[in-house]
Amino acid sequence: MKVYLDNSATTPLNPYVLEAMLPFYTEKFGNAASIHSFGREANRAVSDAREIIAECINSRPSEIYFTSGGTESDNWALKGAVSVSKNKNKHIITTLIEHPAILNTCAELEKQNVKVTYLKPSKEGIINIKNLSESITEDTILSTIMFANNEIGTIQPIKEAAAICRDFGVLFHTDAVQAMDSQKIDVKDLGVDMLSMSAHKFHGPKGIGVLFLKTGSRLGKLINGGEQERGLRAGTTPTPLIVGMAKALEISNRDREINNERILRLRNRFIDMVLSEIPYAYLNGCRDSRLPNNANFSFAFIEGESILMRLDLAGIAVSSGSACASGSLEASHVILSLGVKEELAHSTIRFSLGVDTTEQQMDYVFNVLKKTVDDLRKMSPLYDYEKGIGSYV
Amino acid sequence: MYNDKVIEIFKNPKNIGELKDANAIGTIGNASCGDIMQVYLKIENNIIVDAKFKTFGCAAAIAASSVATEMIIGKTIEEALSLKNADVVAELGGLPAQKIHCSVLAEEAIQAAIKDYKEKNNG
Repeated sequence: MKVYLDNSATTPLNPYVLEAMLPFYTEKFGNAASIHSFGREANRAVSDAREIIAECINSRPSEIYFTSGGTESDNWALKGAVSVSKNKNKHIITTLIEHPAILNTCAELEKQNVKVTYLKPSKEGIINIKNLSESITEDTILSTIMFANNEIGTIQPIKEAAAICRDFGVLFHTDAVQAMDSQKIDVKDLGVDMLSMSAHKFHGPKGIGVLFLKTGSRLGKLINGGEQERGLRAGTTPTPLIVGMAKALEISNRDREINNERILRLRNRFIDMVLSEIPYAYLNGCRDSRLPNNANFSFAFIEGESILMRLDLAGIAVSSGSACASGSLEASHVILSLGVKEELAHSTIRFSLGVDTTEQQMDYVFNVLKKTVDDLRKMSPLYDYEKGIGSYV
Repeated sequence: MYNDKVIEIFKNPKNIGELKDANAIGTIGNASCGDIMQVYLKIENNIIVDAKFKTFGCAAAIAASSVATEMIIGKTIEEALSLKNADVVAELGGLPAQKIHCSVLAEEAIQAAIKDYKEKNNG
């Protein structure tokens, strides 16, 4: 049996999305910037897509800027805010649990003498808003806090954070890449100035994203070139990808409640089974303020990658830590920031369910997982299998 | 990233577990770094007559433990001491660059076990 439980890494393209995209590769191939009929046809499709996306997140179409994906949107939001700021000393506030697209951009900005404060989450994986307001100084130009964490799925108090930043006159950006599929995003209600999204996380194509930039907020350019995207983001408009992104978000919005309810039930049942039937298994991140499709556990005394490989051999695709980290030997920065011991952080697996996940699949995954954990513990020097006692926790 | 041989060995590793009558035990690595390898040897008349392992680590660490223990059974202490991590990598048909340290762990765990044996018997 093949079971894909890595929907936080990427999702399959919805066939209806592909169908909507295809004509824009072939017969409707025009450059959206061209004046002739071919160009106008493409331009119309891009305008329509912009309107659909704006409607989905309750923004104006003119506040939607197409980018190459979540990483570019995050880079642009941070670097662009820094480059237009007239502050002598520049300060950014973010969190320890951000995606590398934010953390590595902050590291780059630190080299340019931008001061960065990293807020630590609670043991449950939630940022305390009080820490945000206490960290704001007269130099603070921007705060960026992710909507939902990519590894443990915890949902942050974005509306409250945005309100505090508004009071202090500080720009607020949120990386909503992981949240778009399951959370209803209303930028007006949230009060955010900027928001990043990526189409392939909600059954759209890879290589396309959006930065929502509120009217009145100014941002320096990341990419220089032509006059596309109101002169702020150059590069030939990728019409098929844009059409696909709009279609995918439209479908995601339409089916959100039905999908969430079903996935949440499967996810909660799985968490209950794992915690009750696999000894020394720990759920990372709180259970309530969490994306409905995410389950992230540490299985003490055995290493995450070997669990991942065993599951893979049984046809089950999961992630250990975050996908970007699996080439490195360091434990996940997110799990460590929760205060989890390093040895236990190395034992972490993320299961991210999707629209195609079934109960039968989850039963299969549970059975394979239970046997995998058992087999690997038999060969672990940290665990006395006969006595059922481990050397820590 | 792993070749088929590494995956096959990881799937069905040999010599897993503790050796009840081991007279040499070597442990290398630590859990906070993500891998620990423990090698148990039974040595008689300078010959390694049996070897087993317990490993906390990735697929490469488990596969390296498996082939390394297989490679030294029946060998003299001197022969086992001359086993280098490159020999383990070769036996596995290659390892990804960031996993080479797993083969080093195997070499060091065997050396640690033999050191343990020598200390017990000469000291």
